[in-house]
Amino acid sequence: MNDDLAIRARGLSKHFGELRAVDKLDLDVPRASIYGFLGPNGSGKSTTIRMLCGLLTPTEGSASVLGIEIPGKATLLKPRIGYMTQKFSLFADMTVMENLQFIAEIYSYPKRERKARTEELLEKYDLVAQRKQFAGTMSGGQRQRLALACAVLHKPELLLLDEPTSAVDPQSRRDFWANLFRLAETGTTILVSTHYMDEAERCHRLAILDKGVKVADGSPLDLQDNTGMHVVEVLADDPYRAQTALIDIPLVASVTQLGIRLRVLIPESVNDPLRLVNDALRAGRVVAESRVVAASLEDVFVAVTMKPGQQAA
Amino acid sequence: MKSLSRLSAVMRKEVRQMRRDRLTFAMIFGIPLIQLLLFGYAINTDVRNLTSAVADEAGTHLSREFVARLSATQVTNIQYRVDTAADLERMLRSGEISLGVAIPPDFDRRVSDDRRAAIHILVDGSDPTIAGIADQLRNMPIAFDTAAKDREQALIEVRPYYNPERRTPINIIPGLIGVILTMTMLMFTAVAVVRERERGNLELLINTPVTSAELMVGKVVPYIAIGLVQLAVILVAGGLLFDVPVRGSIIDLYLAAALFIAANLALGLFVSTAVKTQFQAMQMTFFLILPSILLSGFVFPFDGMPVIAQHIGEALPITHFIRLTRGVMLREATLGDLPGALIYLGAFAVVATLAAALRFSKRLD
Repeated sequence: MNDDLAIRARGLSKHFGELRAVDKLDLDVPRASIYGFLGPNGSGKSTTIRMLCGLLTPTEGSASVLGIEIPGKATLLKPRIGYMTQKFSLFADMTVMENLQFIAEIYSYPKRERKARTEELLEKYDLVAQRKQFAGTMSGGQRQRLALACAVLHKPELLLLDEPTSAVDPQSRRDFWANLFRLAETGTTILVSTHYMDEAERCHRLAILDKGVKVADGSPLDLQDNTGMHVVEVLADDPYRAQTALIDIPLVASVTQLGIRLRVLIPESVNDPLRLVNDALRAGRVVAESRVVAASLEDVFVAVTMKPGQQAA
Repeated sequence: MKSLSRLSAVMRKEVRQMRRDRLTFAMIFGIPLIQLLLFGYAINTDVRNLTSAVADEAGTHLSREFVARLSATQVTNIQYRVDTAADLERMLRSGEISLGVAIPPDFDRRVSDDRRAAIHILVDGSDPTIAGIADQLRNMPIAFDTAAKDREQALIEVRPYYNPERRTPINIIPGLIGVILTMTMLMFTAVAVVRERERGNLELLINTPVTSAELMVGKVVPYIAIGLVQLAVILVAGGLLFDVPVRGSIIDLYLAAALFIAANLALGLFVSTAVKTQFQAMQMTFFLILPSILLSGFVFPFDGMPVIAQHIGEALPITHFIRLTRGVMLREATLGDLPGALIYLGAFAVVATLAAALRFSKRLD
């Protein structure tokens, strides 16, 4: 057993009938780090998180979470993990303070310290003014802060966050991530699922999931450096025509449009990707500027989630 | 034309959704069928086979003949033979019998004496219909050769116990307590778990150290208090407005009510773990309340129902509770007189809570 790992999963699978929601997932999450699950809806992020906290029983495989075998001993795990559901799951008809107190009682937080802890959380998560407000009447950002405050109230060693920022504005998201970094610094391991690239970039490590399968993992920089692809950015007056000119070239792995820019992925085996692109554009009579750029996480995502047939050799 | 196609789109959507909600779909057939069976079987004002006991202190040829004739009317189902009229009173109080026939030692002489009734029929007046049925017995055509003609006092004297003035509220309210408690308790708890499931609270709760049992019991206990307050409201209002007495011990009544409430809440919780939406929970509640009103002896006397209906009735907690309330409130019975009802309620509460806790797994799959 490796003590540096908060989560270690081997061959973790969950089938719902015919559907393989999660397929033979191996996972190593180091302690005190922020580990991201990046993937589109239905890629198995939630299902994995639910298996890791004992909500779902894996069809196959095993996992050790904080040294506890899952499934089986999930009850021992509950006091040591915090979980933030995708949907707001606190009590809408109770006030912020009442929700916090309820959670404190449920987790048997030491009575003498309860008041100090709830006050500390109100302060930390900027909810002092909302103390007496009903949770149901708060904004998305406030609810999310309350949900996080409740999830960390009992000082869990591991925090599982299921798309925590899907219902909040960009400013709230930045603040939220600042909170996560603070928590990670104090030793909390955080597993967070997201479908935002910018959030994925902030994680220490990252697993990209696609249709239940882990297609890549590593630090965001590692992933960007090891896409196995050249990235050529094309700035065209008529991006649509540029795309048409490029898409059918056998050596072009993918073309993604970002506004008036196109990002073209070409396997590293190609020696001069820029020439390949320029030739194709000229052949299509498209006026465009192109240059080789570093891969972004989005490029990584596109590269690793391509269908096998698409991936030109 | 556009309106028609939109209308048809809405209608087809409605039918499609209804078909997919299996419970609702089942109710479409279930409700009429079950109502029909319940009403058809249970509503039987032609009550027969009242559970009866005879205390034949005379033991003469004539008295035996009378008992035989009484038996032949089928109004009574003579199940016990006891020694004295005092035994009859005891059995009446404990609810073992609905009707007692007391034949005094000097029966033969009384038959020929036109000033004294020869037979006393003791009736449980705490059940509204039974008293009325017993009246028919008074007019039972019994012609004894030795009987005095033109009697001053009827041969048979019917004594309705516990509600001699036959005031309806006195009969109704003890049963009504059961119906009101069933309705509110069942409804409160049937939605309790499913509401949290719908709102997403449950996913949070099952990820905390709280156990299924803690969650279930924690949900039930506050409602027990609410139920007991409701009981107080009914008793005070019933006493002030309708003069409904509590002849037995009020503590006994509250103990019985606490058990009954617990049984209903446990049943409600079980419903809550079995359904998927609050709407389905309300449907199930409605489904359970109907037989509770019709088959519990609240409206129609238990003895008049066919055996199957009686079995269903016996399974419902309210049937046992109504026996207890009528016993304690009207017949001055103690809980010790009705141990069966008490045990059933307790057992029901325990079994249903266990079933609910088992069904409520702390997992999502």
